[in-house]
Formats: sequence, C-alpha cells, structure tokens
Amino acid sequence: MTRVGWLKLAIFPLCLAPLGLLVWKAANANLGANPIEAITHSTGDWTLRLLLVTLAITPLRKLTGQLWLIGLRRMIGLFAFFYGCLHFLTYIWLDQGFDVHSMAKDVYKRPFITMGFTAFVLLIPLAVTSTRKMIQRLGGRRWQWLHRLIYVTATAAIVHFTWAMKKDIHRPIEYGIVLAMLLGYRVVAWARASTGNQPKRVPEVTGIAAD
Amino acid sequence: MLIKKPADVASSEITPKRAYLSRRTFMAGAAAAGASLLAGRKLLEMGSPAQVVEAGAKLSTVKGPFGTDEKLTPYKDVTTYNNFYEFSTDKDGPAALAKDFRTRPWQVKVEGLVQKPRTFDIDDILKLAPLEERVYRHRCVEGWSMVIPWVGYPLSSLLKQVDPLGKAKYVEFTTILDPKQMPGQRARILDWPYIEGLRLDEAMHPLAILCVGLYGEALPNQDGAPVRIVVPWKYGFKSAKSLVKIRLVEQQPINTWNQAAPSEYGFYSNVNPQVDHPRWSQKMERRIDGSGFFASIKKIPTRPFNGYGDQVAQLYAGMDLRKYF
Repeated sequence: MTRVGWLKLAIFPLCLAPLGLLVWKAANANLGANPIEAITHSTGDWTLRLLLVTLAITPLRKLTGQLWLIGLRRMIGLFAFFYGCLHFLTYIWLDQGFDVHSMAKDVYKRPFITMGFTAFVLLIPLAVTSTRKMIQRLGGRRWQWLHRLIYVTATAAIVHFTWAMKKDIHRPIEYGIVLAMLLGYRVVAWARASTGNQPKRVPEVTGIAAD
Repeated sequence: MLIKKPADVASSEITPKRAYLSRRTFMAGAAAAGASLLAGRKLLEMGSPAQVVEAGAKLSTVKGPFGTDEKLTPYKDVTTYNNFYEFSTDKDGPAALAKDFRTRPWQVKVEGLVQKPRTFDIDDILKLAPLEERVYRHRCVEGWSMVIPWVGYPLSSLLKQVDPLGKAKYVEFTTILDPKQMPGQRARILDWPYIEGLRLDEAMHPLAILCVGLYGEALPNQDGAPVRIVVPWKYGFKSAKSLVKIRLVEQQPINTWNQAAPSEYGFYSNVNPQVDHPRWSQKMERRIDGSGFFASIKKIPTRPFNGYGDQVAQLYAGMDLRKYF
C-alpha cells in the first residue's frame, strides 16, 4: 500500500474515536447531567475541528512540499460532514424531537440556528461531489470552485458557534483565529500568484486523482 | 395566599446519602420546630466551629410549604452541573474549582435604606429562623430545569431584622468578589462582582428564600455557599450566590446579566414561555431528573412563573410582561 493508504488506515479509526467515546459514555450513563447537551457540543466541536483540519491540508502540503498529503483531504472532509450530520441529527431528533413546526420557526427566528443550518446545507453538495466520478464529470476547475464553499461553511460554523454562546466566546474566538490563519494563507498565496512572484501553483485535483 | 400541600416524604429521607445514619440520630435529638437553634448548638458541640457548617455539614430542617411531588434532580447533578461563572463558564468547572473555597469566616452586610443596618455573621444567619426544606423547581434561562430540595427560610425573615424604610423599593444582592479564590473573576466575562436585584415586594414574598443548604446539608461551594437566595419563579441567574451584601435601595438595581446583554436578560426575568430569549425559545425545558438518556429527549412545557403563578402573578398585575421581561 502507498504511504497515503497506510496513513488513511490509521486516521480512519482516529476520526471515529470521538463518536466511540460518546457512545461508550452514553452506554455508561457518563455524559453528565445533560447528556443531550453533551452530545450536541461534542458533535459540533468535532465538525468544526475536522473542517479546520481539512482546510489545513493545502497550506501544509505547500509549506512542507509533501504534496501527497492531498490524499487525506477527502476522507477528513467527509468525516467533518459525518460529524455535521450527527450534530444536525442531534438537533432535530434529540433536541427538537422531530417537531418540524418548532424547527422551522427556529431556523427562521434564530440567527444562530439559521447560521448552523446554512453551514450544514452547504456541506451537502461537497459531500455529494466528493467521488472521483463527480470530479471528472464536473471538470477540475468547476469542481474546485464548488468546493470553495467550504470557506463559507467554516465561517458560518464559527459564527454559529459564537452566537450560540451566552457570553463567554473565548472558544469560538480561538477556532476563529485558526480559521483566519488558514484562509489568510490562501489570500496571501493568491495575491502572490496573481502578482507573479510565486512558482506555478500545484493543481489541486491531480492529488485527488492520484489517491 | 395559597399554600400547596407539601410533599409527603422529605426528599432527604428518600435520598440515599452518605452518613445518613448520623443524620438520623441527629434529627432524633432535634424537635421539629426551632430545630435550627438546637442544631446550631449541637453542631458546635460536635467539632470545631470552623468546620461544622461548611459545605456538606448536615442541617436539621422542618418541612416548608410550596412542595412539589415531581421527581428530584439527583444530588450528583445538582452539584456537578452548575452555572457559576465566578469559578468557570463550564458546567462541570465549579465543582472542581470551588472545592477549596473558604466559607468561614463569612459575613453578610445588610444596609442601605434600613432602620437598623447590621452585619450578620453566617452562623447567626443559620440561626435566624427555623431552617425549612423547600422543594422548588429551578428553571435556567438556557432551557433546562431541576427540582431541588433547598434548605432555608423566607428572605423576609432577614429583611425584617433590619427594618426597611418606607423609601426602600428594591433590594440589591452582591456576590463576593475574590479573584484569588474565584478564577472566573480573573476574566472580564461579566462585570464583577455579580449583582442581582428584586423589587422589595418580590423579596418579601414567602416563596423567596434565603438559602443555606440543599439535600439536608450545608450548601456545596459550587451551589453558592455559604448563603444565597432562591427565587423559584424567576430564571436561575436571579438567584444570586455566595452573598456578602444586601442593600435596600430606592432605584431599580442594574443586575449583572441585564448590564451584559440588556436585550436578552431583563431585570424581572420571570419564567415566561411566551417571551422567548432572542436566541432561543423558552416554551419548553429539559428536565434534569436522572431518568436516563432516552427519557431526557422529551422536553416538558415551561409554565408561566415556573408554575408558581398562583402565588406570584398578582405581584405583576397590570404590567406588560413582554416589556418588563
């Protein structure tokens, strides 16, 4: 197996570990006084963390020259979507008990829910078009443009997190700083490329096709 | 005034607690009425005064009015799921960070527009009136609720001691400011010290209590030791903890949460399912009562004044509760 293959084999269970921990704690009635809140927070945290890891791969591979790292991006991105689904499901099932009326009102009336919902919905087309076939069908350039939606999702997720806080927003700010750095890197790289003092960009898609 | 039938069984009796037997023996020695006096003395005999009534010490109580037969929130949840920003903004933070919080010596100044201002020692407060067990619903503004067997007596018993003047219209409560002991106060998350306020008639209402314990023992530090108020028809943050000052004033106090976010937290903050928090609904609540994971999925409807409307609604007759939220 390739280097990426082995690494993926190791990272896959690692990405499942937070879910495993939740299930184990739930089975042992060890989620604290408010288990549903604990599940909501944990799945939300991991969605955001994995989104940031996904966004870190491009800067990392360019800064280190380890171009093969791109082979990890899809899997981690899909895990971010997976935790996003769990977070969303926790809200509609455990928190709202499938009360469609109350949820519709929530999405309409409450900006932090609207923001979270937006972040989640925008991840769906990315997950759907994550297969190699879809990349080919869309063509690399268009695919790449579509997948820039992750910038919007990650930003919306930070805003969602901030607005969900009662007062103490130091954690959303910490995540926000990381996101700002990751997006800032792209802005700088783009500015340099367009002024021409950057070596030719590594095409994004070749890495994926190679995994 | 309507006095509801108290719960048949005192929660302390149905709750398995450590050192249960010693409490039984203890209670046997104390007559039901005026028990607190006896209890105080007996406790003093039992050990050094510096320790006896600190967190966890047994308190002898009589059954108070306004009981409920709803399932009690387990002791463990009441003492590990706390909003006490002076220690931490994490719910499980205060339990650990308040462990060494010193509640002796402790004094509470009662001052302002009163005939007889006075500084009460905590041990005097414990003996001021018979300690009652008051089983109250506790509704947090965040949308969860508990049922807690508090120990205390009407706040009015304390206020009567100082003879409020006719000019006094409000009561302002101040929590201790001690960043050395309270790590949360080292960050300006809120404008410390924590201030809360009640209208004088609210403070004098028999439901409002000065609270010194829960589950038959002295208040655990993370629940606002050594003395707090409990105002069960209002959102939990109105029930200020670890009090060092009570002032009677003419103007409506600016309570800390109102100052922090005026559009979200009003002065009154009566539990009201009709008035949503701008960022979340207040129609339903999640009851924390140890019934297990699946039972907790189902939320229960929030009641106006947290179900104490029969007792307190007349305090707000003619007021627009959307405006005075």
